[in-house]
Amino acid sequence: MPNILVVEDSPTMRQLISFAMKRISGSKVIEATDGVDALKKLSSEKIDLILCDINMPVMDGLKLVSLVRGNPVYKDIPIIMITTEGAEEDRKRALAIGANAYLPKPIQTQELIKLVNGFINMPR
Amino acid sequence: MEKETSIGKKADEFLQMFRKGEEFTQDLLKENERLRFKIAQLEEAIERSGDEAKIRLYEERIKITEDELNSLKERFKQVEDENKDFAAKYVEVEDENNNLANLYVASYQLHSTLDFNEVLRIVLEIVINLIGAEKFAVLLIEDKTNELIPVGTEGVAISDVPKVKFGEGIIGTTAKEGESYFSENVQTNKGNVSMENPIVCIPLKIKEHVIGVIAIYSLLMQKQQFSNVDYELFNLLAGHAATAIFSSRLYTQSERKLTTIQSFLDMLKEKPRR
Repeated sequence: MPNILVVEDSPTMRQLISFAMKRISGSKVIEATDGVDALKKLSSEKIDLILCDINMPVMDGLKLVSLVRGNPVYKDIPIIMITTEGAEEDRKRALAIGANAYLPKPIQTQELIKLVNGFINMPR
Repeated sequence: MEKETSIGKKADEFLQMFRKGEEFTQDLLKENERLRFKIAQLEEAIERSGDEAKIRLYEERIKITEDELNSLKERFKQVEDENKDFAAKYVEVEDENNNLANLYVASYQLHSTLDFNEVLRIVLEIVINLIGAEKFAVLLIEDKTNELIPVGTEGVAISDVPKVKFGEGIIGTTAKEGESYFSENVQTNKGNVSMENPIVCIPLKIKEHVIGVIAIYSLLMQKQQFSNVDYELFNLLAGHAATAIFSSRLYTQSERKLTTIQSFLDMLKEKPRR
């Protein structure tokens, strides 16, 4: 049963992504409103995958990714960035920091589910 | 002498008889040979006719098998087509499901609060995240001045969006006529875009009463064109966002009035004590 952490400051997007993730068989969705909230959730729950926005208050998505990758306990958790930043250099920057995939908004739910399923079913 | 002649005669007769026997035997051998040949021919003919029957049988079996194979191929093609149809329908249903989920979340969020600023924030979130707009403004009709006043923006400063007279330009006409405006090519029309000339203008309507518009000036670079769900979202925004904005504004105004009246009543109650 995969635990998916959705990190997004917009309640609308958070609900929309959570809605989509609940359609993945057996998944449990944990929500966080920013990077700091996400770190708290990471310490209290076993997380299998992170879906993360970039532009967020308190701590943005890029900072969160670098902290997760720097932590030996969480460093192998797959991270998918979901953002309005669609430029190639933004994508490269996010992947260089340690994101596994980069999905520009507005997202196609089917595409997101396919991507998440790929990471969840990937042998680690 | 006579006796010798009689013996010679008998020997001739015997020899003749022997010769006849020999001839007869040879005839019999020939007949035997002929009959053997005939039997061999007949046997060969029988064998040949057996092979032909077998060949006919095999040919019939091959034909039946070929017919079966063709029928199976046809059935396989039918099943394959049905499968493709089902796969296409599945994708269609999934898309529809996702679209409905988007619309559900958007309308749920729009009606989740009576706070005007929060409703406005949700409208902005929907337009950014679900439609993929980069620069846009929400303008509401000010009844006293008959103008459209910007109340919320994204990607552009609110001070940069001018007030628009009701019925004037794209924004004013959209508000007056209550019909959505879409420029011909939303991504390549960037050169003609200004604060007065948006690429998309959606009226915010409660039934036929327009309370404002959403004017979109540009889309996110990854958003090339509008999809069907975008038009559904525009319809949803036209109705639900208008209702949510209108009711939250009324609620906020009535709350403000209630507070004023309450303060006034409190003041009146306090006076006699002094």
